[in-house]
Amino acid sequence: MRMHLTLYIAGADTSRSISAKRRLDHLLGRLDAEVYLDVVDVLESPDLAELARVFATPTLVRDLPSPARRVIGDLSDVEGVTAALGLDPYLLHPEGV
Amino acid sequence: MDLNIPVKSPTGIRGLDVITAGGLPDGRITLVTGGPGSGKTVFSMQYLHAGVELGEPGVFVTFEDQPAFIGGNVRSFGWDVAAMVDADMLRFVDVSAPSGGEGRIVGGFDLSALAERIKTACDEIGAKRVALDSLGALFARLGLFDPLERLEMRTGLRELAARLRALDVTTIMTSERTSEASPDLDYQLEEYVADNVLMLRNNLDGERRRRTVEVLKFRGAEHHEGQFAFSILPGSGIAVLPLGEMALETPSTEDRTESGSVELDAMLGGGMFRESVALVSGATGTGKTLVSSHFVLGGAARGDKVLLLAYEESRDQLFRNARGWGMDFDGLVASGQLRVECAYPEGMSLQRHLARITSLVDEYQPDRIVIDSLSALERAGSVLGFREFSLALVALVKTRGVLTLMTSSSAELSGSVTVTEGHISTLTDLILLLRYVEVAGEMRRGVAVLKMRGSTHDKAIREFTIDGEGMRIGRIFQRVGGIVLGVPHQVNPSLDDRLTTLFDDPPTADL
Repeated sequence: MRMHLTLYIAGADTSRSISAKRRLDHLLGRLDAEVYLDVVDVLESPDLAELARVFATPTLVRDLPSPARRVIGDLSDVEGVTAALGLDPYLLHPEGV
Repeated sequence: MDLNIPVKSPTGIRGLDVITAGGLPDGRITLVTGGPGSGKTVFSMQYLHAGVELGEPGVFVTFEDQPAFIGGNVRSFGWDVAAMVDADMLRFVDVSAPSGGEGRIVGGFDLSALAERIKTACDEIGAKRVALDSLGALFARLGLFDPLERLEMRTGLRELAARLRALDVTTIMTSERTSEASPDLDYQLEEYVADNVLMLRNNLDGERRRRTVEVLKFRGAEHHEGQFAFSILPGSGIAVLPLGEMALETPSTEDRTESGSVELDAMLGGGMFRESVALVSGATGTGKTLVSSHFVLGGAARGDKVLLLAYEESRDQLFRNARGWGMDFDGLVASGQLRVECAYPEGMSLQRHLARITSLVDEYQPDRIVIDSLSALERAGSVLGFREFSLALVALVKTRGVLTLMTSSSAELSGSVTVTEGHISTLTDLILLLRYVEVAGEMRRGVAVLKMRGSTHDKAIREFTIDGEGMRIGRIFQRVGGIVLGVPHQVNPSLDDRLTTLFDDPPTADL
């Protein structure tokens, strides 16, 4: 099963961007899926943020499988992220790894 | 002491620039708040469209409707959104709900993406204006019922506001007022982001909707206080009616012109003033339409273009009446000197009536206007609405410098003051009274000049007769009192005396 995710951040080295990326890496490490991840810095590519109608950063968009889903924030609410993006079926390990 | 009084930039929305005393404070953020259907999106788009007309590009940040949808909605106002976008005079920042729905909040965030997108759009076209419509829609989508309780929103909006100020753009930001009683969100937005507040209302007044705009706060800047009526009109969008603000400031001219009756001109001390507003008051059948018709002919004879707005009689009736007095309205219409427009008073709201008159005036560019009758329009609105309509109408004709004659029907046959007259008499330059006078058991007509601003005039009450050639003004009624008050009585009841002296004054032609 292929999955395409895009993480929109504002600046690569802000604390929010860094913690969002770290949490996402951790989450993806537990997924049993082929995941393509794009990271978009809206300060460098505002046109991509425009196309995706992203207004908040960080925003994580699951482009595939459709329908598209998204979450807003630094992903500190892991359960919220997995539920909203429908990631639970792909999780190899239960919460707490 | 704050000496930092903001410079204003004209919005290009005519009446709005009057009530804001010059426009919105330059480089600042103005919150435009209003309930559902109060016209916020139209206001936003019109603000940007007016900017484009003035050569100022604008950015529309939409949180609710998609750009294509907005473009379709405002097409009826004559605003070509696609053309403005193509000409790099307009950019959309689309923050409408993404396909698949809005995301839930799963941690700390900021509004950098939004700020960056707005900045990019502004930079691309050199925007001078930004409209955000509306933040409330975004909050609702995120399920944030008290959005400013979240630190991220407070910080985000404050940062956004700072970015906008730094961009040197003048911004309006709309906000949904869910209830007049709980404007908490507005107050908070106002505190965090806005320098100024405009409020749009859409209230019921009697059985009619009445839209108003009010400047609630203009930090450090002059403005007019109170609620001002506005209309949303097909073909032009929002039109604010600044009422008396304009009417009383306009200069009047000393030039005289023909009323259409030599005898009436004599009573007026040499004719009507050009650019003046006259009111002809009288009960039904006293000859108001006849005076109007003479006024039409008098104008046409000197080459004026005349616009006749009829609210009581059909076109056929009017033309037939005129023929009966030997007046050829058909010929005047054919030569382009007369345009007759009939409308049913109850057929539309007073705001629509005013809009229609405005567009007719703009289109036909008349030198004279007849409104027969103004009082018929009372039926199209509430008392307050009619008062505002009358004021706005006078403001319109005064600013365009059009000589205007309005008629007013009094309910009682013998006269007395009507609502119409009570509202408009102070705004008119000339008031002509037509009254029934009972003399020796016979009904006769009398005419008097009650007031003429800036001129001496005949103070007498003269007999007014109607024949196959129209109106005739004759001699003074002697020894009859109370005509103006509507209770004519004989001053001297002696029959012999009255018969011998009734018309013992010189005829008007000798005045």
